[in-house]
Amino acid sequence: MSVLEIVILLPIVAALAIWLGAPARATSVGSAILNLLIVLGLLFQFKSASAGGAGMAFESARVVLDNPAISFGVGADGVSLILALLTVLVTFAAVWQIASDKPAIYHIASLLIAGGGLGAFLSTDVFFIYAFHELALIPTFLMIGLYGHGEDSHRKAVAWKTTIYLGAGSLVLLAGLAWLVLEYSGGQKLTFDLNALRAQAASTPLPVEKQGLIFFVLLLGFGTLVSLFPLHSWAAPAYATAPTPVAMLHAGVLKKFGLYGLIRIALPLLPQGAQVEWVQQALLFMLLGNILVIGFVTIAQRSLDQVLGNSSVMHMGYIFLGIAAGTEIALQGAVLLMFAHGISIALLFALAGRMRNQLGTLELSKLGGLASHAPVFTLLFAFGAFASLGLPGLANFAGEVMVFLGAYGSNGGHAIGPMQWTVILALWGVVMSAVYMLRAFRDIFQGSANAGLFMNDPAFSQRIPLILLAAALLIVGCCPWLLLDLLKSLSAAKVAVM
Amino acid sequence: MSVFSVEIFLVVFGLALLCLEALVPTLTRRTLAGISIGGVALAFVLFLFASKSGADLPAFVQPYHQLDTLAVFYKGFALVITLLVLWLTVESSAYLTKFTPGGNFSELFSLPILVCVGMMWMASAKDLITVFVSLELVTVSFYVLVAFARKSNLALEAGVKYLILGALSTGVLVYGIAWVYGATGALSFEGIGTALALPETSRTAALLGAAFLLSGLGFKVAAAPFQMWVPDVYQGAPIPVTVFLSVGSKAAGFVVLTRTVESFMATGSVIAAEVQGLLIVGGALTILLGSLPAMFQTSIKRLLAYSSISHAGYLLLALGAGSARFDLSSGGVVAFYLATYLPMTVLSFLVLAILRANGGGEDIQDFRGLARRSPVLALAMTLSLASLAGLPLTAGFMGKLFVFFGLVDQAAWGALACAVIGAAVGFYYYFRAILVMYATDAQTAEPLKVATGTKAGAIVLAVVIVVIGVYPKPLQQLLAPVPVTVVAH
Repeated sequence: MSVLEIVILLPIVAALAIWLGAPARATSVGSAILNLLIVLGLLFQFKSASAGGAGMAFESARVVLDNPAISFGVGADGVSLILALLTVLVTFAAVWQIASDKPAIYHIASLLIAGGGLGAFLSTDVFFIYAFHELALIPTFLMIGLYGHGEDSHRKAVAWKTTIYLGAGSLVLLAGLAWLVLEYSGGQKLTFDLNALRAQAASTPLPVEKQGLIFFVLLLGFGTLVSLFPLHSWAAPAYATAPTPVAMLHAGVLKKFGLYGLIRIALPLLPQGAQVEWVQQALLFMLLGNILVIGFVTIAQRSLDQVLGNSSVMHMGYIFLGIAAGTEIALQGAVLLMFAHGISIALLFALAGRMRNQLGTLELSKLGGLASHAPVFTLLFAFGAFASLGLPGLANFAGEVMVFLGAYGSNGGHAIGPMQWTVILALWGVVMSAVYMLRAFRDIFQGSANAGLFMNDPAFSQRIPLILLAAALLIVGCCPWLLLDLLKSLSAAKVAVM
Repeated sequence: MSVFSVEIFLVVFGLALLCLEALVPTLTRRTLAGISIGGVALAFVLFLFASKSGADLPAFVQPYHQLDTLAVFYKGFALVITLLVLWLTVESSAYLTKFTPGGNFSELFSLPILVCVGMMWMASAKDLITVFVSLELVTVSFYVLVAFARKSNLALEAGVKYLILGALSTGVLVYGIAWVYGATGALSFEGIGTALALPETSRTAALLGAAFLLSGLGFKVAAAPFQMWVPDVYQGAPIPVTVFLSVGSKAAGFVVLTRTVESFMATGSVIAAEVQGLLIVGGALTILLGSLPAMFQTSIKRLLAYSSISHAGYLLLALGAGSARFDLSSGGVVAFYLATYLPMTVLSFLVLAILRANGGGEDIQDFRGLARRSPVLALAMTLSLASLAGLPLTAGFMGKLFVFFGLVDQAAWGALACAVIGAAVGFYYYFRAILVMYATDAQTAEPLKVATGTKAGAIVLAVVIVVIGVYPKPLQQLLAPVPVTVVAH
């Protein structure tokens, strides 16, 4: 059994064990720590295992069907590994902070979402990439519908809305993937193997116009899962309603699946698809919607969970910008930003969940002065909030700068075209982030405390996962090359295509 | 020993059992159930040996029977589903005792055996006469089975509906056979296929015959527009019989459909395009008429009935839109789909039967809080519903995948759209049922009393669903007649 298979199956097996009666907290935290250690170990071995970081590592495959050729293949390049690291970090934090009075299903659902995410990031077969993501959707749906915040009818409505959006997005995605597989099989037997498809794409590329069409279908499918404007409206209510671990895992990890799919499947197989003029302009238009429209929407929010949910939608715009530009530096920035955003939003949702538990409200107007009661909590929140608005020294900054520079210089710096205008407009998003994040920070932590509002610092054991997330933001922010070193495959794939 | 001897054994065994329970009134139901299940299990073991031994059928049945891959598969299928139905009958004995006069339902242990023989013969039928005779053996036994819980009004309604519509459809079927015979001068599938390729064959007459024949068979498999009877009959019939109808009768219908359609669409057939069109349009319509009403059901039995209709639609599409890319013929895809359909349907009805045995009703709301009352059963039911919905990594997805690719290959975009709509709507109604099971506001939270054997059976079925979903290769190889040539890649 290969090590990646163990990484994928560990959370799923742990979930099953809890279902059958194993002690919930010990099992889930134990498996999360074990997985974290394994993935860290893999990171150290990656360079030697993958020809200097350019190729795939830790590959193995089990054939499950001969024709159409489907195999349970696992393997990791730098992008997969960074997202796997993100998943295990967030999973650890998410299951650790589940209060002991919550039913075991909290642990089971979190582990299943983690297993689905890991499976999607580490599989090398389109069939299983898709299947694992679907696996993660069921617990998300159940947890929002059953244990979400708010009135019964409200959370049911949110659960259904999320499910319908994500289900419809998945079906569009399935159609796009099927189209892709059929085109590249060219009358022979169908294969879902990503490496075989890549080889096919390199030897007999599709006509550019068709690439654009398929890319657009995939963009709509993946985009719905990542809350690409105007398909975004499920995201903010879902995160505001979902129980804390589910919000952390979905906003932090699972949402990155759509972006991962675009980078790992759509870009290499349809290298010119994203550059077809109408596709690129549509994408630029939509991502500007994410940044500017949702930026204003976020500013208008009056409750912390809504601010966080909307800001998470908004920040997807930058990552899409990196994908639309498609240059090496922009793509590396996009991956870095995926990691950074995942960690920071998970940290913020964890803290918001704690506030909701202790204070019973997240309305900004009712909060204030928490810094004096809970200094550590305030500091941790500051890490998340400042990372999220792109403060230099924290992880998001490096990613955003690379995306902006990469996108602006994508035409060699000759003229100001649509891409450059988009970058110029998108930069204003940074200002908007600063407006809503700083204002939220001020409203919650500064000033004088409202009467009857009291919150204490988390106990030391509860700080551990939060400090870990904050540390990850700081380390990657100061030393982004730690992750960028793993991303040589992006340039290699690009060169192979040119 | 040939497979045919197993069938003879089953006929004798079924009849003997019928006489036994009539002539020896002191025999307890437990003993009868034991004998019945033991006999069928024995027949299954014998069948496995016989099908491995490669012995051909005896010479005197060879003009009427064949023993190809598909026939062997469906015979095994018939035996498995019969075994499961007998087991379900034991599981639902409390309900059956209540609703049968005198609490006597011993025939429920012998009649399914005769149905099984009928299905096994149908699987190897080479001509329409054999088809008709074995189909009637199945249908007439079902007339009795459906109305078995005579003290329930719903069961009586179901019995009457099934009898009248079944008899009507038989008439239509015979009429179709007559027209096909008139048009082609042949009753064997091979002869029909050859005759249809001849230029002098009357296209109109052949088409008329095909239309009637397909309509008659459409009734048996619950294809639109002949699906009206399904919800009422499924609701009224006892659970084991519903499962038998939903899986066994459907499979039997599809064997015959596969054979018939293969002859109608043989190379050079003058009516190939029309038959394909009928199948695809009928399949798309069946999916819509199955899945759209399913959204509004409150009874889980009716929900599963509509779901069964919509699955029949996917099966019709599989039959009509085969793809040359797979190692499976279109008949093979149908068999594959039915093999995935068997465990998920049986499992969902099993959980329903267990709930009924514990005093629950048949409403979706009766599943409320099942996750607390029995986590294992809730997990099993979740898997079976997810598989019915066609979620990846479950058996149901693999079946649908073949159908979808077939449709794309045939460029049947309209049908593909209907299939996608059906799948999307399916997510809604199956997930609604899943959500109810995990609801926390249940009135009763007392644990369900489930026998260990029953639980083990449910777990086995759930494991089968996951295994086929993750590792479908063995099942596909079972159905692929030619050994796959391995191409290095």
